[in-house]
Amino acid sequence: MDFALNDEQRQIREMVHDICLERVEPRAAQIDESGEFPWDIKELFAKHDILAIPFTPEYGGVSGNALTLIVAVEEISKFCTTSSLILSVQSLGSLPIWLAGSEAQKRKYLPPLARGEQLAAFALTEPGSGSDAGGMRTRAIKRGDTYVMNGSKTFITGGSVADTIVVFARTDQNGDAPARDISAFIVEKTMPGFKVGKLEKKMGIRGSPTAQLFFEDLAVPAANRLGHDGEGFKLAMQVLDHSRPGIAAQALGIAEGAFDLARRYARDRRQFGKPINEFQGIQFMLADMATQIEAARALTYAAADALDHHLPDISLSSAMAKLFASDTAMRVTTDAVQILGGYGYLRDFPAERMMRDAKITQIYEGTNEIQRLVIAREVLKEKA
Amino acid sequence: MDLSLSPEQREIRKLAREFAEREVKPRAETIDHSGEFPRDLIDKAARLGLLGILVPEAYGGAGLDHVSFAIFVEEVARFCASTAVILDVHNSVGTEPIVLFGSEEQKRRWLPDVAQGKKLAAFALTEPEAGSDAAHLKTTATRRDGGYLLNGSKIFITNAGEAGLYVVMAATKPGSGADGITAFLVGGDNPGLHVGPKFKKMGLNGSAIAEVYLENCAVDESDRLGDEGQGFRIAMRALDSGRIGISAQAVGLAQGAFDDAVAYARERKQFGKPIAELQTIQNKIADMAVKIRAARWMTWKAAALCDAGLPFTKEASMAKLFATDATMDITLDALQVFGGYGYLEEYPMARRVRDAKACQIYEGTNQVQRVVIARELERA
Repeated sequence: MDFALNDEQRQIREMVHDICLERVEPRAAQIDESGEFPWDIKELFAKHDILAIPFTPEYGGVSGNALTLIVAVEEISKFCTTSSLILSVQSLGSLPIWLAGSEAQKRKYLPPLARGEQLAAFALTEPGSGSDAGGMRTRAIKRGDTYVMNGSKTFITGGSVADTIVVFARTDQNGDAPARDISAFIVEKTMPGFKVGKLEKKMGIRGSPTAQLFFEDLAVPAANRLGHDGEGFKLAMQVLDHSRPGIAAQALGIAEGAFDLARRYARDRRQFGKPINEFQGIQFMLADMATQIEAARALTYAAADALDHHLPDISLSSAMAKLFASDTAMRVTTDAVQILGGYGYLRDFPAERMMRDAKITQIYEGTNEIQRLVIAREVLKEKA
Repeated sequence: MDLSLSPEQREIRKLAREFAEREVKPRAETIDHSGEFPRDLIDKAARLGLLGILVPEAYGGAGLDHVSFAIFVEEVARFCASTAVILDVHNSVGTEPIVLFGSEEQKRRWLPDVAQGKKLAAFALTEPEAGSDAAHLKTTATRRDGGYLLNGSKIFITNAGEAGLYVVMAATKPGSGADGITAFLVGGDNPGLHVGPKFKKMGLNGSAIAEVYLENCAVDESDRLGDEGQGFRIAMRALDSGRIGISAQAVGLAQGAFDDAVAYARERKQFGKPIAELQTIQNKIADMAVKIRAARWMTWKAAALCDAGLPFTKEASMAKLFATDATMDITLDALQVFGGYGYLEEYPMARRVRDAKACQIYEGTNQVQRVVIARELERA
């Protein structure tokens, strides 16, 4: 049994760390304040092949290993959650193509994403169907060689900046059971009928655009359908199994960033004649934060490792990692703000931003309540 | 990263699981209710080679690694935490100091008997006035011709009265703190060693825990483990891997409670359906499952670091803290799933709650684990 990262993973961690320390950390507060998508960071990540990490070399990438991606996302998230989402969403949006795409679809769409020339997005959620994705109303009706798509999607991370968007829609081909009626399509932003609605104002991850998307008689070539008609729901669930460890990694990175800040602050801050880290009240908070992080890391890396080794229980291990790591991020960032006291509450320090960013990890890619349902279902299935 | 178990580790899991299910499970309730020391189970474990897990093969042991050790303790603890702690203390803090720090002569003299279960091992560090503050022992070791005289008393000694070997920490230089402490190997038949009555406890009723008195207890020079003044370091190293054992014990306790709670929730019907279909029960099941898995990975990670010869003090403390706190929560939640039945002693749920509490206390209270973790973090 060996918990150590391999050479590739260590090298990528070091490279990402150095770049983020030099270029991302100084931008993090501005990105949050302005709420604008950081195109400069996207270019920086493209230039250094960071956006190529989710892809295998045959499609222009540099890795394709789940654990390597997790380590990179974790590292970026220590400095700036918004920036980490550029990489996470590149992976999320391309996963359906990677998992279900034909060779031609992969050759066409993956290399520009790996090079960072284009951005990807994943459009599943609708105003009336969040966790209950089977209740979606967007329709794509087949007419000859094309599908005519109508409907809307909401909460689409990166939806306004993406070039390639995988959209899930009902096709009315095989009855109305979600498991057989939903299909996935590769939509390009240049296709007529594709419209971006308003960008949401959010508590955190403010530089990451969260968009509404509208499809008005959007004609999608049948060649852009992923897999067979009616395989979309299964694909969406499979994608989430693969992407949830990425959210766990993001949460883990946020927690580590906040912990590191709190630890350094507690070393420097003096009250009652000594550094506050010499008081057990603070020491125990730090010990608990570090222990929770260690537990979150174990679950997150194990989930990524399970993906890399195609283990059978990835739904379970991914949901566990996402649930635990995001709850940890919330607790640890809240405690970090507390350790910094009044300063923690100020925009002058990144602690409050980390706390605002942490909240989303408990919500997206399935709320933590949904993760518990997934876990309970898998456990009860296993024990049946 | 390779998180798979080796063929050896899978083998020990199979062996331990069979032993636990066949031998331990049917005895657990009686052991708890009568408070008897399960000598029969210890003897059966000995015949399976489970008393020398960490002892090298050259000295009659199984020569297995700490991941295997953790797996073994977990499997036994699923059914009986008393039996698990007896075997855990014997295999880790009782035996490992000799494996790691013993002379060739000491190894030859003690390890074969220990590994075959002819002598059960105990670890005597804690004193009435020196619990977590183990550097300030009052037990003294005074030099005399060819050896030492030990005087003082030890408390909370697991396996006391049942053990044939005690690893005893005493001050060779009283008042010098950690640097004045030395470790000794004392036979259970030493006329200067006396054991008090077994304590009555909240749980772990089958585990013998008592005071040990040393009254002009004479030991030879050759019974000193390591050098004079090395005892504190030996004790701390023993406790580091002892904590892996306690973490594993906690994981096993939690897994056993969880398995029973899930089985009960599937069968128990209220409002026309099994309570496992109610979200409030599902939420408990999910939270329990996550914490068990995290605790197990942390335990195995500390064990794997130890096996690789890397520092693991922080990881062992984190595993101990996390696993035992999680197990307290989980055993309570599992009892709650059983409702009123959980409160009855005819089910194992209440016993597990009582047993779990000890895990938050021994091998360093969880408050001491936080002190260790905070200190290790500052070293980083």
